[in-house]
Amino acid sequence: MGLEKDYEDIPGTYVFNGKRCREGYHLNKFCKSLDVAANREIFKKDPAAYLDQYPMTDEQRGLVERRDWLGMLQVGGNIYYTFKLATLDGLNMQDVGGAMSHMTVDDFRQMLLDGGRKVENNRSKAENAANSKGT
Amino acid sequence: MARIIAGVGCSHIPSVGAASDNGKTQDPYWKPLFDGYGPAREWMAKTKPDVIIMVYNDHANAFSVELINTFVLGVADDYAPADEGYGPRKVPHVYGDADFAAHMTESLVLDEFDIAIANEMDVDHGLTVPLTVMFDQPDEWPCKVIPFCVNVVKYPQPTANRCYQLGKALRRAVESYPEDLKVVIFGTGGMSHQLQGERAGLINADFDTKFLDNLTADPISLTKITHTEFMREAGSEGIELIMWLTMRGALSDDVKEVYRYYHVPASNTGAGLIIFEDQAK
Repeated sequence: MGLEKDYEDIPGTYVFNGKRCREGYHLNKFCKSLDVAANREIFKKDPAAYLDQYPMTDEQRGLVERRDWLGMLQVGGNIYYTFKLATLDGLNMQDVGGAMSHMTVDDFRQMLLDGGRKVENNRSKAENAANSKGT
Repeated sequence: MARIIAGVGCSHIPSVGAASDNGKTQDPYWKPLFDGYGPAREWMAKTKPDVIIMVYNDHANAFSVELINTFVLGVADDYAPADEGYGPRKVPHVYGDADFAAHMTESLVLDEFDIAIANEMDVDHGLTVPLTVMFDQPDEWPCKVIPFCVNVVKYPQPTANRCYQLGKALRRAVESYPEDLKVVIFGTGGMSHQLQGERAGLINADFDTKFLDNLTADPISLTKITHTEFMREAGSEGIELIMWLTMRGALSDDVKEVYRYYHVPASNTGAGLIIFEDQAK
């Protein structure tokens, strides 16, 4: 019997499992390199040459260049790694959270002040699909 | 002999460290949280541990994707604050207790907890923010700290029950050390939060409150929570709460909850703090 990956049923969530970790290996290694001050300076001066050092796929590289925070997660990026790139851009976790969830940062901040995103109707893709069929 | 006299459960939100470092603790946004830390700081100042065992997770700072260890015990004498991408926090170096930590590695591995051993590593906000929460801004941290890292970044994390049993093994490790030391163990991270994906910003105060209730009254029930249930109910990063179970497992069954504080939101997170005094004679 295989292991059940029931966590894939959680909506809007990219659990950093072995498959994603392999897929995003070089993307995450690039991001990780930015926690060395000297590397940050080199990257800022010539991003293209810096990125050439990391054998990402063209898709991954494009997502990095476009700062597509959600897209990076979908190709194996991990938030703790990609957030180092966001930090370099002067962004904080609310900026990135808003971008990933298709909200303005002001709306995202307000949602947090109001107690955060609710878990109701956010638990299960299967449950949500069944509910939308029923209405 | 060394004894665990108390346990602290504490969120380790990076922006709490930044608020302290940048003098913002009295801003309207941060004041309620830091006011809530006040009684905990008073308790800590009275308790005066010799050593803290800090159960926390590294966030891709000391460790990276090349090698992923489930459990890592630090055995060094000196740990520098990590550069997480914006320069290291300007907080004191963290001093370990190499002899005690070396004893703990022997006790744990012979007790069949096959940990990895770090002779050198930097420590990130996961370790330094709880120190800020409990000690504010001293010139030097007032006690030694033994870092114990748990992988919670890469699935699969250790199970809740494994983390709880680890706490019991840590207690045996402490109690088999001959030196008279007062030890406080921290379990850090959480509480509910999700940093990633379209579900970013999830907070579940009901889950957090129940978790705190059961941490006191019925910790065994919490050891049965699966990975998927943690992530579904408390957010993908809420699974950090497994580390609170290591702290609770290291205490005896007879504990007294002496302080609790919970606040939403701190950055993207439900922030919790709980203190237990161990009543075992």
